[in-house]
Amino acid sequence: MSIAKDAKQAAQGAMQGMMAKAVALAPDSWVPGGKPDPLIQHRHGHVGQPVSRIDGPLKVTGNARFAAEFSFEGMVYGALSYATIARGRVTALDTAEAEAAPGVVAVMTHLNAPRLNPPPVFMSAAKAAGGDDLPVMQDDRVHWNGQPIAVVLAETQEQADHAASLVRATYAQEPPITSFAQAMAQGTAPGLFMGQPLHNASGDAEAALAAAEVRIDRTYRTPRHNHNAIELHAATVAWDGDTLRIHDASQLVAHTAWSIARMFGIEENQVVVTSPFVGGGFGGKCLWQHQIIAAAAAKLAGRPVRLVLSREGVYRLVGGRSLTEQRVALGANREGQLAALIHTGTTAKTRHNVLPEPFIMPTRSAYAAENLLLDVQTVELDMLANTFMRAPGESVGTFALESAMDELAEALGMDPIELRLRNEPEKDPLSGLPFSSRHLSESWRAGAERFGWHLRSPRPAAHRDGEWLVGMGCATGTYPYYRMPGGAARITLTDEGRAAVDIAAHEMGMGTATAQTQVAAERLGLPLDAVAFNYGDSTLPGVVLAGGSQQTASIGASVIAAHRALVRELLRIAGNDSPLAGLGPDEVAGRDGGLCKHDAPDRQESYASILRRAGQKSLTVEARPPDPLETMHWSMHSHAAMFCEVRVNAVTGEPRISRFLGSFDCGRILNPKTAASQFRGGIIMGMGLALMEETQFDERSGRVMNPSLSEYHVPVHMDVPEIDVIWNDIADPHTPMGARGIGEIGITGTAAAIANAVYNATGKRVRDLPITLDKLL
Amino acid sequence: MSPFRYARAADVSDAVRQAQAAGSRFLGGGTNLVDLMRETVERPTALVDVTGMPADIGESADGGLVIGAAARNTAVAEHPLIRTRYPMLSRAIVAGASAQIRNMATVGGNLLQRTRCAYFYDNGGSRCNKRQPGEGCDAIDGFNRYHAILGASPSCVAVHPSDMCVALAALDAAVNVESVHGARSLPFAELHRLPGDLPQIDTCLEPGELITALVLPPLPIARHSTYRKVRDRSSYAFALISVAAALDVQDGIITDVRLALGGVAHKPWRAHEAEALIRGKPPEPAVFLAAADAELSAAQPLPGNRFKIELARRTIAAVLSELAGEQA
Repeated sequence: MSIAKDAKQAAQGAMQGMMAKAVALAPDSWVPGGKPDPLIQHRHGHVGQPVSRIDGPLKVTGNARFAAEFSFEGMVYGALSYATIARGRVTALDTAEAEAAPGVVAVMTHLNAPRLNPPPVFMSAAKAAGGDDLPVMQDDRVHWNGQPIAVVLAETQEQADHAASLVRATYAQEPPITSFAQAMAQGTAPGLFMGQPLHNASGDAEAALAAAEVRIDRTYRTPRHNHNAIELHAATVAWDGDTLRIHDASQLVAHTAWSIARMFGIEENQVVVTSPFVGGGFGGKCLWQHQIIAAAAAKLAGRPVRLVLSREGVYRLVGGRSLTEQRVALGANREGQLAALIHTGTTAKTRHNVLPEPFIMPTRSAYAAENLLLDVQTVELDMLANTFMRAPGESVGTFALESAMDELAEALGMDPIELRLRNEPEKDPLSGLPFSSRHLSESWRAGAERFGWHLRSPRPAAHRDGEWLVGMGCATGTYPYYRMPGGAARITLTDEGRAAVDIAAHEMGMGTATAQTQVAAERLGLPLDAVAFNYGDSTLPGVVLAGGSQQTASIGASVIAAHRALVRELLRIAGNDSPLAGLGPDEVAGRDGGLCKHDAPDRQESYASILRRAGQKSLTVEARPPDPLETMHWSMHSHAAMFCEVRVNAVTGEPRISRFLGSFDCGRILNPKTAASQFRGGIIMGMGLALMEETQFDERSGRVMNPSLSEYHVPVHMDVPEIDVIWNDIADPHTPMGARGIGEIGITGTAAAIANAVYNATGKRVRDLPITLDKLL
Repeated sequence: MSPFRYARAADVSDAVRQAQAAGSRFLGGGTNLVDLMRETVERPTALVDVTGMPADIGESADGGLVIGAAARNTAVAEHPLIRTRYPMLSRAIVAGASAQIRNMATVGGNLLQRTRCAYFYDNGGSRCNKRQPGEGCDAIDGFNRYHAILGASPSCVAVHPSDMCVALAALDAAVNVESVHGARSLPFAELHRLPGDLPQIDTCLEPGELITALVLPPLPIARHSTYRKVRDRSSYAFALISVAAALDVQDGIITDVRLALGGVAHKPWRAHEAEALIRGKPPEPAVFLAAADAELSAAQPLPGNRFKIELARRTIAAVLSELAGEQA
């Protein structure tokens, strides 16, 4: 990263710091969420119902079209060749054999690619989407082992794949830095996340640790992980003059359109990105080189292009989670009250991206420790840029923090749940802000009772069933409430009493379209089948990242704003002949296909009636929500109490999870059916994180050696027991709908709960993931 | 994948005749060969489809079984005579792959699976003596968790990936092969070879030879047999260690034993040394552990797989103890 960028980030950070102080002190009513969303009071409507996915029938009948299933007239198929060195230059590229292969239409390399600006790296601008800022096929430089160096276009996919294998590259290698230890030895640099230093200190944590009656000081390690969404990354693209059409698999369509327009030097509205269905995102379905290469190659060849990454291609092109080495040191008195909490460590990134795995995030608001020291240092390696992967920071950070809490409980001879309850903070320990809604203690109690925690032996290795050692463990999961700026929504109401909500949001399998249809129908007072929720299109209003579990809030706040504008407009055109005459927007609510006075439901008029009387076929409004100042006024976080029972084979060390319960405090649940799937999916991913996921990054070559679902292990069905999930459904009074996003929290705390159960089963404490059998022999 | 010709063989003589063409390979279920073709590790110019060859499973005159090489793995695993007379074989196949793969894979093809070493698969990105003789081995100082601890060489530390073959090694099976030069039978133990300085050669088959059948001898001890596979997840993973074993105990003394290991070497590893130490002894854990130690005394682990020695030792003892317990 350049000095100029550092300075810019620091300036942004300072601004945010000043702003935060002002917002923290403002009265509640000045802040978004200061007045509870009226929908929170609707307890018997659409919201909270277990509505089945509205796109379910499309998906099970194969009629939901994904990015790689769209086609254009005259379309050709792309296949990539990848660099096999980590750093250096391509000195020669022999493409003659590939060009002569059957069906080949064109071979694009840095020698003939259209000239492009570099991708705007994520967070460098409001709509920047690039995973890094490296030029895409513009020069002979190789920055990582696996970088695309050529794309072959052919009449069929098979012809393209074959021809791509015939491209021959010659390199001038330069010594790369691909070893974490080697990079650490050369020194580390402070980590920055969203423009803010990943560093917090209050009091003197080291001194408090040294003085503590009971101390734990440990190092935990987590490896690299790769994205393995079931849908391969794909882009089907076509140029129509200077307008570019992209069928993408995306969790940020508006960002992608803007960023690609910048690269090609065209206007934002000349790039149309749609993504109606996504087969799993998890942070990986953003802007990587494949969409850019497809668009550039389509321009070069004058033909539409479909470029589907192979599974290997996903490993070579799409970043994953970086590795971490974390120190957690805890100092407590004999009663278990924390005096010192230290969580520091190092993670690897590249020179060309801005995301250090922020593993201290969950620790900032976790416990009422007087003295805190949190810090993330970074080293830079010659590797593919790392990126967001489900709960970046919290997933691996909670492994370290919550393993250490278990170790402290052991050292104190205290039940680990009791230890956590004794350190439950009254207010945010660092910012001092009040919590918007924190009911973790209730989640612990409900979970413990349901799981049968009292059956756990406090003594490790005490329970054996034949060859199997059985143990229980627990951990806290946590994920913040975010809402990013840039939301906007449009609502169209017709004189037939139907509504359409348009917003450039995303459905990646979470159930967004279903839950948001429920919310819109409830807000408008319409039946579900009278509401269309339109999304996944960059031409729709809003800049809505489906990331950071913030999409629910972003859509919610945008629709609240649009709905308010709609109500105001309806009241205006209703005029003096309406039963609603004289009422203001705060006095009415949507009910029975129209508006009525809150406390006098008989003062009602239907939308159809209002519009017809005004002589309007339809009414369209669009609005933007206020900036997300609520996160500077309250400390806003979801929590979970995670419980695991594990069986470890005493002969072979094989760890197998036999029971799991997640007890969630995540605000109001909009749809229990899709929510349960989100929770379970996160927990399953956490099981993989705990027991098997590991990218084999060969530190000699910088090459990923297991780029396949065969060799990169994720849990198979037999690894996953029935997972119990419960939630308290307590609405957060300061968020839209009282909800907080739930896409990521399931993976947090899970790995620690499993590691702690393994300890309880065996007496062996594994501090480096994954917990494979060799560590338990 | 490189372009290739494809032809379905009408019968064995047609298959071996077609296979004389340079660059041709026999195609069974394709569950391994097609993968390797996709990775451009294998680039045959012609495929001779032998899935139409004999696939019968029947009793031989001496009371053994003859399994046509085109029999699908599922058919073998589910066959009542195999389940009752050779349970270790049935269990090994079931442990070996997902149902979809077992339904496709043939017995003949399973015998000729190639290693899953990541460096072998990484054509163009890594060095591998098995793929490109003489270029070096990136596994020895690289990721070698799954690699050999027995019988490896400085040029190759790969392991044979099959589960089924581990059981066959224990069962003293034989393999019938045929080429344009005639038919022969070779003991299963002589089918696969250790890498030595020719790791590019997996088996002792002559060029153009087709496996036509697998022969299981009558082996009463095999009724008391099992297979245990230890792996990194519950399914769809190759063995870190696997053990195929049969045990016969009479009056408190082990009269006979069969023991083979998977995940340890370039070939399925028949543990003759351990067997010799077990025969005639009482069925006690100490006996089993001592025998395992003797068998593993020659082990030369790599940094990533040192744990396999202890894992193999424990698994051998557990499997034999389990079989002994069933006969107590």
